[in-house]
Amino acid sequence: MTLLSIRDLSVCIGRLRPLDGISFNLDKGEILGVVGESGSGKSLTATSIMGLLPLIGGKVLKGSMYFDGIDLTTLDEASYRRLRGRRIALISQNPMTSLDPIVRIGAQIDQMASLHLGLSPQKARARSIELMEQMRIPQAATVYGQYPHQLSGGMKQRIVVAMALAADPDLIIADEPTTALDVTIQAQIVQILIDLVRERGLALMLITHDMGVVAQACDRVVVLYAGRVAESNSVEGIFAEPRHPYTRALIRCIPRGGQARGSLVGIPGVVPRVLDYPRGCRFNPRCDLAQPICYTETPPVHADGSAAVACHFSEVRAHV
Amino acid sequence: MLTFILKRMLLLVPVSLAVSIVIFMIVHLVPGDPIDHIVQIGSSPEQRAELIARYGLDKPILVQYVTWLGNVLSGDLGTAIILRQPVSALIVQNMPHSLTLGGLALLFSTVVGISTGALAAVFRDTWIDRGVMTAILFGSTLPSFWLGLLMILLFAVQLEWFPVSGARTWGSLVLPVLTIGIGGTALVGRVTRAAMLDVVRKDFVLMLHAKGLSPWAIQMHHILRHALLPVVTILSLRIGWILGGAVTIEFVFARPGLGSLLINSLSQRDYPVVQGCLLMLAIAVMLGTLLGDVVQAIMDPRVRERIA
Repeated sequence: MTLLSIRDLSVCIGRLRPLDGISFNLDKGEILGVVGESGSGKSLTATSIMGLLPLIGGKVLKGSMYFDGIDLTTLDEASYRRLRGRRIALISQNPMTSLDPIVRIGAQIDQMASLHLGLSPQKARARSIELMEQMRIPQAATVYGQYPHQLSGGMKQRIVVAMALAADPDLIIADEPTTALDVTIQAQIVQILIDLVRERGLALMLITHDMGVVAQACDRVVVLYAGRVAESNSVEGIFAEPRHPYTRALIRCIPRGGQARGSLVGIPGVVPRVLDYPRGCRFNPRCDLAQPICYTETPPVHADGSAAVACHFSEVRAHV
Repeated sequence: MLTFILKRMLLLVPVSLAVSIVIFMIVHLVPGDPIDHIVQIGSSPEQRAELIARYGLDKPILVQYVTWLGNVLSGDLGTAIILRQPVSALIVQNMPHSLTLGGLALLFSTVVGISTGALAAVFRDTWIDRGVMTAILFGSTLPSFWLGLLMILLFAVQLEWFPVSGARTWGSLVLPVLTIGIGGTALVGRVTRAAMLDVVRKDFVLMLHAKGLSPWAIQMHHILRHALLPVVTILSLRIGWILGGAVTIEFVFARPGLGSLLINSLSQRDYPVVQGCLLMLAIAVMLGTLLGDVVQAIMDPRVRERIA
């Protein structure tokens, strides 16, 4: 069952148009990976779904976002506030800065349950401590009374996850939840998120630039490039048969064991900034398949069931 | 927390000692002496020398300082040469007036400054913000002694709402409190607004929105709380400034108080009184800073951690 459906979403900030015709679906109990380099529009997609675009001076230009049958683009602010945190929760990129530094950990988690579920302080506290224990936080009752600066990054991210869960949401948007953490901690947090989806039947939108995490956790993948969808497919499909040159380049960047030394590759060039997106296909400056048509025509989206790709030469398989 | 306060108070000892040296030296470096004011016209140099000896002013300055410091430490601020009263009695008489004036002015700056600053920050880039900021610009640029004279002209002389001077009624406090308070209000308002706009941009504020909290709750319970940390610092520094500023304002409004006492004694070179008053002001500044540090430690757990 489709929980979140984004169709042809375009977002503008002033005269800039950093998101241009994004579409994807997310089902209940599914983990959707949203991948792409920095500046491809991943976080902005999350901000749009959370309805927080006005905070950064942006607005939805066209397209639709349906969450469980509710049209998010026309939702009034008061109703949106009952959705935020309650049904759609956000786990942000940097746990170091996403907690209020002068408020006790416990109070920050309690806030969710008392705000959205109307729990009394005692019940909210009991619930928060239980959630913290589920997040495998040792001595949860002690940590409850501590301040963010007394915890490590991994512990803080667990707190943020516990906070996201406190009002029992249907959808969690995790915006690069592991980027700021040590590698060993990264795997733990990703595992916690996977377990949550499997145990509670949540939907998870996992924003990442790490194809390794995608392979480990996701059911389906949307690849964003410069504010457009380059390709979307099941995770098996993406890795077995990547059809967009950008997807192929991303997969080539995953370091593998047993690879010859010095053969680690990157993608030459950088993501263009929103001010100077090229004409035609936005990947053309970095694409090794680029033909004259790529510099003039925006590639149409070829949809094929739940898979889609936006490349003039997506049918050319010889280069895989 | 208690150890922190004790540690901070121990630190006050060397600072006070340094302050006492500076006070003593400055007072004695000023040309002129109190004897000129008490010696009778036509007195012989011998009579003058006798007076100088009576007040110990003939001894080397270092000996005078040590004597004074010893007396101060045993609680004796000396006797006023001109007013012929114990300095401590003079201070006790005048201190309540200064504390009332300074305290009310500080309260006014705090309450009005924080509310207007918060108002400007919440409604930033609207006409409310621009109106508040223009008023703040005026408030912070007008010299207080001049503002005091203007207010006397308008509210006391023209409109006759408040008395021109003195300290007989509560009404006589209004104009001096406003005169001292307005400059502080402008400063506090500006700092509050800037700090709130700075906090708004922090990541955790976006998270608070994502939690579904209302913008009002976020502004009042989280952003303002953070913004008050720098405001506390400003206010604690302001305590000293207000007492210092009150010196001239008390004079403008002809109010009794430490300021008037200080200025009168200064013009008569009444060393013990000047020294006593300056010492009181210095202690007030030090206690103000200490109070600021303590309040900040109560408000911010990270500060508490750094201390411990």
